[in-house]
This record gives sequence, C-alpha cells and structure tokens, in this order.
Amino acid sequence: MESKKKKRLSSRFLYSQKIAPYVFIAPFLITFVVFFAYSIVNMVVMSFQNVAGANSTFIGLQNYQKILPNAVFQKALKNSIFYTIVSCALMIPIPLVMAVMLNSRHMKGKAFFRSLLFIPALTSVVVSGVMFRLMFGELEGSFMNKLIGLFGAGPLIWLRTPVTVWIILFFLCMWRWTGVNMMYYLSGLQQIDSALYESAAIDGAGTLDTFRYITIPLLKPTTIYVLTISIFGGMAMFSESYMIFNGNKSPNNVGTTLVGMLYRMGFEQGNLGIASAIGVVFLLIVLVVNVVQLFINGTFGRKED
Amino acid sequence: MKKSPAKTTLLILFFIGAAVVTLLPLALLFVASLRPGQELMRNGLNFNIDWKNANLDEYRYLFSGNNAYFTWYINSLIVTVVQVGLALILSSFVGYGFAMYEFKGKNLSFMLVLLVMMVPTEVIILPLYRLIIRLGLINTKAGIIVPYVVIPMLIFFFRQYLSGIPKDFVDAGRVDGCSEYGIYTRIMLPLMKPAFAAMGIYEGMASWNNFFWPMIVINQNSKITLPVGLQSLLSPYGNNYDILIAGSCFAIIPILLLFVMFQRYFIEGMTAGGVKG
Repeated sequence: MESKKKKRLSSRFLYSQKIAPYVFIAPFLITFVVFFAYSIVNMVVMSFQNVAGANSTFIGLQNYQKILPNAVFQKALKNSIFYTIVSCALMIPIPLVMAVMLNSRHMKGKAFFRSLLFIPALTSVVVSGVMFRLMFGELEGSFMNKLIGLFGAGPLIWLRTPVTVWIILFFLCMWRWTGVNMMYYLSGLQQIDSALYESAAIDGAGTLDTFRYITIPLLKPTTIYVLTISIFGGMAMFSESYMIFNGNKSPNNVGTTLVGMLYRMGFEQGNLGIASAIGVVFLLIVLVVNVVQLFINGTFGRKED
Repeated sequence: MKKSPAKTTLLILFFIGAAVVTLLPLALLFVASLRPGQELMRNGLNFNIDWKNANLDEYRYLFSGNNAYFTWYINSLIVTVVQVGLALILSSFVGYGFAMYEFKGKNLSFMLVLLVMMVPTEVIILPLYRLIIRLGLINTKAGIIVPYVVIPMLIFFFRQYLSGIPKDFVDAGRVDGCSEYGIYTRIMLPLMKPAFAAMGIYEGMASWNNFFWPMIVINQNSKITLPVGLQSLLSPYGNNYDILIAGSCFAIIPILLLFVMFQRYFIEGMTAGGVKG
C-alpha cells in the first residue's frame, strides 16, 4: 500500500510538465558529466602531476616546463598551425568559387557534378589514406612518379622531404573535403534572394562586381561555419598523417602534429603527465579560437532565433 | 537573360576536369583490386593492367574465411548499428527537450552542448581512455560505443528541426490526454522521420569510418573494426596487399550504393547545422 502510493507519487513527479524537460535532456547531462567534464578535470589534474598510479604526486608546472620548450613539441605545434592555416586558405576560396560556377545559370548537369564531387567524403580516412600513400609511393611505377616522369622529373621519394609531404597532405584534404564545402556554399547560395542579382544586373553590375558585393558578403554565415570546422579539423589532424606514414612516425617529424605528439607521449611512451599538459595546451588553443570567433561573429549564438 | 553556349562549354569542361581528378584515386584502387597484390608491391599503384589476366580472385579471397577481413566487417557493422541506434534515440530525445520546453537552466545546458560540439574529441582522448579502462570496457565493443551515445551535433540538428514544428501539436496531445513522453513517441517520432534519415546517415558514416578511437580502445586482432584492420595491413608483408586493396574497395561499396539511393539525406546530413537560420 505504502510503496504503491510512493510509486504513484514518483511517477506523478516524473510525468509532470515541470520535470519532463529535465528527463528529456538527462541523457546529455549524464554523458556530459561522466565523459566530458570528468575527462577535462582529470586531464587538468594529471597535467600537474607525475602520474604513477596510486603514487601520483603533484609537481606543479614541471610538465609544462618540460614540454613547452621541447623542440619536437614546438615542431608539432607549428605543423598543426601551418596545416590549419593553409587548409583554410585552400578550402574556403576554392569551394566558394566552384559553388558559384556550378550555380551559374549557364551550367548544365548541376545535380550530377554536385553528387560526383561529394563521393570522396564517403571514404574513410583509412581508405583514402591507403590510396594516397600508394599513389605517392616511392616506386618508379607508382602513379604520381609516372605522372611527373611525363615532364621529365622524378622519381621522388615523396615521404622524405617536407614540401612533398605537405603536397600529399593538402592534396588529400582537398580531395576529401572540396565537395562537402562546396555543398555548404551551394546551400548558402540557395538562400540569397535572386532579386538582388536581377537589380544588380539592371544597374549594370558585372559578374565580378556582383560576386564581390553581393555573393561574398551574403555568404558570410556559411564562410564562418566552414572556417570554424576547418580550424578544429585542422588542429585535430592526426589520422591523415598516421595513414600516410603508416604510423605515428615520420622522418625528422615532418608529419608530426599536436595530436600526434599527445599520442606519442601518452600512448607510446606512457608519460601521462606530459601528454595531459599537451592536451591542456590544445584545449586552451581551442577555447581561445572560440572566444575570438564569438567576439568577431557570434557564430552559434546568433542561431538562437 | 541570355544563355551563352561558350560559357556553358567552359564550365562543363572545368567540372569534367574536376570530376576526373575526383574519381582518379578511386579508379586506381579499383584497377589494382583486379590484380594480385604482389604486382602492386613490385610496380606501384598505377593504371598498367593486363586485362586478360584481370580477375576477381582478391574479392573471392576476402570471402574465403582464410583471413580476418569478415570478422572486422561484422565487428564494424555491429558497432555502427548499435551506436547509431542509441545516438539517434537519445540525441533526438534531448533535442526535443530543448526545442519544446522552457525551463530553468535551459540556456546554460545548451551552452554546454555547444561547448562539447566545439572541442575535438582528440583533446580528451587520453583521460577518456583511462576512464574506459576504469569502467572495465577496454577491448570491448561497448568501450568503442559508450562515449558516442549522445552526439551534440545530432542534438543541435534535432532541436533545429523540431523548432520548425508548431507547438500546437504538443498542446493538442496534452488535451487528448497523452503524457509528456507519449507526445514524443506517438506524435513527434513520426514527424521526425526525415531528420532521422539524415542524421542516421551522417552518424552511420562517422561510425563506420571511425578510426582513431577504436584503434585506441581495441588491441586484439579478432575484435578490431574494419578501418583499424585495414590500417594494420599497410605493411606489405605476405599477402597483406591482397586483402588491403580489395578490402578497401569493398568497404566503400555499401556506402556508395546507399549514397546513390539516398543522396538527398546524405547531403542534408553532411551539411546539417551549416547554414540554416
């Protein structure tokens, strides 16, 4: 009797309109606390420790003092930043121009080309990495060496020098994501009122003028979004390099990234304190980029309405 | 406005060029899958092929049961289906809560969703790994799945989608005596079908192609997923390349078929959260 009453009371409580929303968002709050918040706190704590199971001791800033001046860490950080900047410089203007070209009223077979250019996004980083590693193989008969052979160059050992490594990584990035970014811009273009272009044409504006004064400014929300995902994708780059080099190793660390360095310290060398310090540095970079973005654009906040 | 045939030709030529560059690596891989891996190892990946000797032996070898390929395939399939199922149900649940209710702490909670969305998983990969060990889930499929059962991106998308549905539906449900959860299951779920399709495909691809996290969680050959298995074949020993090339092709084929059938949902899913609003 008593328990039945209790049950009914608790189910009345769960079913009330006041409590329901909290039940709905509970799965998120639980996973947020268990996985995200816990991990972040754990990582920050470990970054100040000499981690050794139950015998972990606090050592203040020593992990940071060790890792920040480390030449390989600095190289990895530089590599990640360089990769991010160049991939943004490539992956915004090129897909933008291609989307405008595909959207042109002179173009035929739009849907066909749009779908076709999207196909690389379906492949995993592993499959595309296998393809690019073998295409740029050092054998004389591998595709890229044959291609440059037509112009009398090569054969090259692509994975040995920084310039050729970057060529492979940027080529891979462009191959996989141009179609997707173009798609973002195409859906952005759909939302521009065509009357704007008509009145611009009446005023005698040329193609370049309309592109510069109508298309680019009105696509700004799309550009901000693409820029945001490109920055975080770029800074988190690891798997591409791991596939190209068949492991977290590259001659003279040409392909070592920030995450690669974290992986090396934490998983390969078992130095959890230092790996956590790298994680904290990474987190700070992400947060700073976010705050800067918010100040400049109010990226996601504005979607509220 | 006039159409200019010259411009049309130039544009089409440009996009044919782009299409060739796009398809070229896939074509190379496919051609390579028709000949023995030994040849690839000796001569490199290229279009030279003796069509008379081309055959599907390597694909037959995948199915032969003499290697781990199909174990990996099944592992990936199980992980993908379970993870996507859970992620869709739970994330749509949360998205519904955010879209349909006003409650204390709503803005703060949503800020947290955006925060998680903004921080790449790679940042917390190490503490997450230690947590999975502590939970006893290391080396299990559950260990791969558990951190990905609620996806902020999906919450965001479902919330956005549901905010386009009038709240009158909810009020009508209440008048008819539905409970708050009954409204979700009986009225909202059927209305969300297109959103489920788009997000199912988005998350399905992410899960099927996921590499870094499964590589960290699993360290036993019979338990790894397909991408991790394929990566382990990159060293050209024995007949590794036989499985690697045909296996890579065979990993794309199901997705490619789905893409041809459900293009709209793929594109909607991939570009979700991008530009609307």
